[in-house]
Amino acid sequence: MAEFNQSRQITIRLIIAIVFAIILVRLMTLQLFTSKYAKLANDQAILRKIVYPSRGIIFDRKGKAILDNVTMYDLMVTPSQLKGVDTFSLCRILEIDTAEFKQRVLTAIIKNSRNRPSVFEALLTPAKYAKVNENLFRFQPAFFLQERPIRSYPFKAAAHLLGYVGEVDSGMLKRSNFFYQMGDFAGRSGLESYYEKVLMGQRGIQYILRDNFNRPIGPYENGEFDTASVAGRHLNTYIDIEVQQLAEKLMHGKVGSVVAIEPKTGGIIAMTSGPTYDPNELTGTESRKNFSRLFLDAASPLLNRGMQGVYPPGSTFKPLGALVALDEGLITPDFGYACFGRYGPCGRPACTHSGGGHAANLSLSIANSCNSYYAHVLRMALDNKKFGNIEGGLMKWKEYMSGFGLGHRLGIDLPGEYSGYIPDTARYNKVFRKGGWSSCTIASLGIGQGEIQATPLQMANAICLIANRGWYYTPHFVKDIEGETKEDTILNKYRQKISPLHIPNDYYQAVIDGMEMVVTNGTARNAAIDGYAVCAKTGTVENYFKNKKQQNHSFFVAFAPKDDPKIAICVVVENAGFGSTWAAPIASLLMEKFLNDSIAGDRRKAEIERISNVVITPARIKYEMHKRDSIRQAKDSLQRKRTRLDTTAIGFVHPSTTLPVKQPAREMPQRINWFAILPADRFNVYNYTQPQQRTA
Amino acid sequence: MEKQATIGKGVDTVTVLLYYALVLVGFIAIFSVEFRMGDSFVQSLLELKKNYSKQVLFIGISSLVAVFVLLTDSKFFTAIANLLYMGGILLMLLTFVIGKDISGSKSWIALGGGFNLQPAELCKVFTALALAKYLSRPETEFKTLRSHLIAFALTLGPAVLSIAQKETGLALVYFSFFLVMYREGLPAIYLIVGFSFVVLFISSIVLSFLVYAIALAIIAFIIIYYFWRQFKRNLFLLLGIIIIYIALLGFHWFVNYVVFDKILKPYQTARVLNMFGKTYIPKSPERIAQFEKEQASGKKKDYTYNVKQSKIAIGSGGFAGKGFLKGVTTQGDFVPEQHTDFIFTAIAESFGFWGSALLLGLYFFLLYRITAIAERQRSTFSRVYAYSVACILLFHIMINISMTIGLMPVIGITLPLLSYGGSSLVTFTILIFIMLRLDADRSMVLR
Repeated sequence: MAEFNQSRQITIRLIIAIVFAIILVRLMTLQLFTSKYAKLANDQAILRKIVYPSRGIIFDRKGKAILDNVTMYDLMVTPSQLKGVDTFSLCRILEIDTAEFKQRVLTAIIKNSRNRPSVFEALLTPAKYAKVNENLFRFQPAFFLQERPIRSYPFKAAAHLLGYVGEVDSGMLKRSNFFYQMGDFAGRSGLESYYEKVLMGQRGIQYILRDNFNRPIGPYENGEFDTASVAGRHLNTYIDIEVQQLAEKLMHGKVGSVVAIEPKTGGIIAMTSGPTYDPNELTGTESRKNFSRLFLDAASPLLNRGMQGVYPPGSTFKPLGALVALDEGLITPDFGYACFGRYGPCGRPACTHSGGGHAANLSLSIANSCNSYYAHVLRMALDNKKFGNIEGGLMKWKEYMSGFGLGHRLGIDLPGEYSGYIPDTARYNKVFRKGGWSSCTIASLGIGQGEIQATPLQMANAICLIANRGWYYTPHFVKDIEGETKEDTILNKYRQKISPLHIPNDYYQAVIDGMEMVVTNGTARNAAIDGYAVCAKTGTVENYFKNKKQQNHSFFVAFAPKDDPKIAICVVVENAGFGSTWAAPIASLLMEKFLNDSIAGDRRKAEIERISNVVITPARIKYEMHKRDSIRQAKDSLQRKRTRLDTTAIGFVHPSTTLPVKQPAREMPQRINWFAILPADRFNVYNYTQPQQRTA
Repeated sequence: MEKQATIGKGVDTVTVLLYYALVLVGFIAIFSVEFRMGDSFVQSLLELKKNYSKQVLFIGISSLVAVFVLLTDSKFFTAIANLLYMGGILLMLLTFVIGKDISGSKSWIALGGGFNLQPAELCKVFTALALAKYLSRPETEFKTLRSHLIAFALTLGPAVLSIAQKETGLALVYFSFFLVMYREGLPAIYLIVGFSFVVLFISSIVLSFLVYAIALAIIAFIIIYYFWRQFKRNLFLLLGIIIIYIALLGFHWFVNYVVFDKILKPYQTARVLNMFGKTYIPKSPERIAQFEKEQASGKKKDYTYNVKQSKIAIGSGGFAGKGFLKGVTTQGDFVPEQHTDFIFTAIAESFGFWGSALLLGLYFFLLYRITAIAERQRSTFSRVYAYSVACILLFHIMINISMTIGLMPVIGITLPLLSYGGSSLVTFTILIFIMLRLDADRSMVLR
């Protein structure tokens, strides 16, 4: 019978051929004509890991590292491997209880799944690290230690200058065009932020193969496609960290600022803002807490008053006024003004010295800080016939101010510099209407009061200009970058000498002579330093808060030595009184420290302690603190009242009088759970939604 | 020397070479699934701890078994065929009592030493022998309905037992005997009806009820139009057509509401529907409640994970493949059960389209060779048995590869000679080498 069916072998072979053809066609569409699978495979199996280089270090002018990278350790946990770990002894080492332990493990699972490691305790203290590391073998492989480099500040100083490194926020992510990624750290303020590109180095990329549980299993293609990271470059700065430390010590308990610049280079030696904080506070575990505390502090310690505090410069402005008048040819160094305690033509301002002859010439007027003299000089400049009316005079004057670096940002290498303010005709036309003001109206500008506002940095820079006899470099911190090349253009603008005004040297000399007299026999005899010719000017600045006159700001500007200036300084102590009382001795001590590298004499050393122990809290900050305290108090008392009410309300209900509360009874239809009853079968082998360990 | 000559005499060398070629490919594939850079190859091979080292042992055992089979007298197989079949059925029944649960299927008998036997796997050989025996009986007249029914019972008996053991894949393989019976004279109408039901089943999934009904109605009208004369003579035929039409409409309902919603488990239904790009929406109240519970608990299972990963592995291979031990999906263990049922993905990812096409070519050549061997037999017994071997292999290859490339739902079934596992490899060895033994004696008439 078989013979009759012989032809059917062809059918069977045909069926075989068709089956294979269908499979082959399907394979072609999958492997040759669909490209998405290759991408999918790489996406799920290759991890693109960014390798962070170590950040560059910032050195001071003597090569000391102002900040450093230290390695701290995070304790990491992989929840899926926790079985059999001696939980109790780990809890004892970390000083937590088992409830806290469970809570942390649960958080880790929720955040990062069972199989991936998460942070169990971030940034272990050295003591805990030592203990954990010693006993780690008992907790492996569920726990391991992971390195985490953070910044440390051995001198605990220069917080405002260095800034801090923090996690990037969403705004920064967008601004960087997603160069940064979530969880990256970047400089958030200060030099860390300004020189971020230099300090951060170049990130490397590592391709890592991972398995279906997201565990790394080795480098992809033996690291053929990896790019190495390039370490961040170091910065050499002009900062003298010891002077900086001393400045912060002297400003302790006071509100204000010190800015010291090296006139020949524009390099900033020290810049401090009181109150300040320890930069170490903004690294490590407590950083968030500390940041919010500092942020909410009434004295705003996060504000860098050196470039963000704006004040009327007061009498420290007078040397500039003199230069303007000299340059315009309105006065000569011999010009004198007969002051009798008040500027006569306008009736104000008053003058502190009423003795005759204290403003017999330019030098004396500076030494004795004669208000009348400078009000007069300003009026002469404003009413100069050369420029037509007062508006022309004011605009020319503003031009001079701009030349001195006032009224605009200097361009220091820190983010967030303030511009200060020099009034112009538009401002006065708005306030007094056009033609409604005269040189008398704004005569107080001549003594640095009124609408004029400058930052301590601008004043220090103006003193540099005087000390250099007509030029300055834009103030900056960074001397050079390690391994600097032509492509590093960031420092170029700090290497160009700026000499906007062409005032003859004689005039500078006259003003400088006056400033020297300030120290030798003028208002600031206590600012003298043995062996150096110090030129200075005091300032006692009137200021108002809520239209109420406050204690004067103590101002002082100086440079030394006279003929070979090495340091120019501006000191502001808010609401501290006369310039000579606080600001002058502070400046003097700092200049001595910088010039001699030490403070000579026990009397001077005692002076340091005396000044640093004095606390001067401005009235307006006291008011602000009081206001915040009272808001908190009001809130607290309200809360207390509320809780009292609650407890009394509860007190009324006696347990025996309450009715037994029953859960609302709801009949739920009984349903059979087939999943639970039916046995698992062969198909379940492929239910790999919950991946299981491969069993050999 | 003399003995070897007797073993080798008349044995088809081409098939033996193809057998070893495929076994070698299997070892390479299993090795690539499990080996990681840095592992000590020799050590793990000697310690028998890895699957690839165990596979070497299985290959050794299989070769030994092959020698024994070749040493056996051909008449032994015809004599003992029915006894083996009964023994196989008994073993399968025994698993219900002493069976061991492996991966959710209670179809294994523990042999000790960590090795297990799956009777359902072996039973394929016994069934092939029994069918050959039955069809080669001189008194069998394979034209009567009675003989058809006996042959069906012989082949589908183990299939039913396999289903009871939750081995759906193996059960499907027993349907391959229909092709053998077709070669021996089973009327084509059986295959056509069977094929029609497959088409109807797929139509029930793909087409909505209305389209399905209209399509069937059109077919019915065409039939009535062409056979109008017969219908005119006998109006009962028309009634018959109408009854069949209504029954087939019921089939649509049966597939969608009974098969998918009651018989198959949710994940099975989900996998079947997924092949046609559809998602499973439960219809019966119990299923809906269950579905909602799953949704609420947030543990919605992805029943298509396997096939997704399998397609990613195969598709990412491209034309040239990623190279040996360089498949990232394989190295990362993304495809579950890759060393057994999904072994094809390892080949396709590492060696790409040319590699998989080459493998398919090897298989195709083997099947073609076996059909050629079948046709050169003098005795019906040998021919039926050889066709059984070809058809069992065809079904295994078809179902396994189709599921990895998403042409069929995921069903647990091994890829012959490639997949890791002793039961599977030994079974196919016995299957093929019995055929080679019979072929060596093809001049004899065996009954």
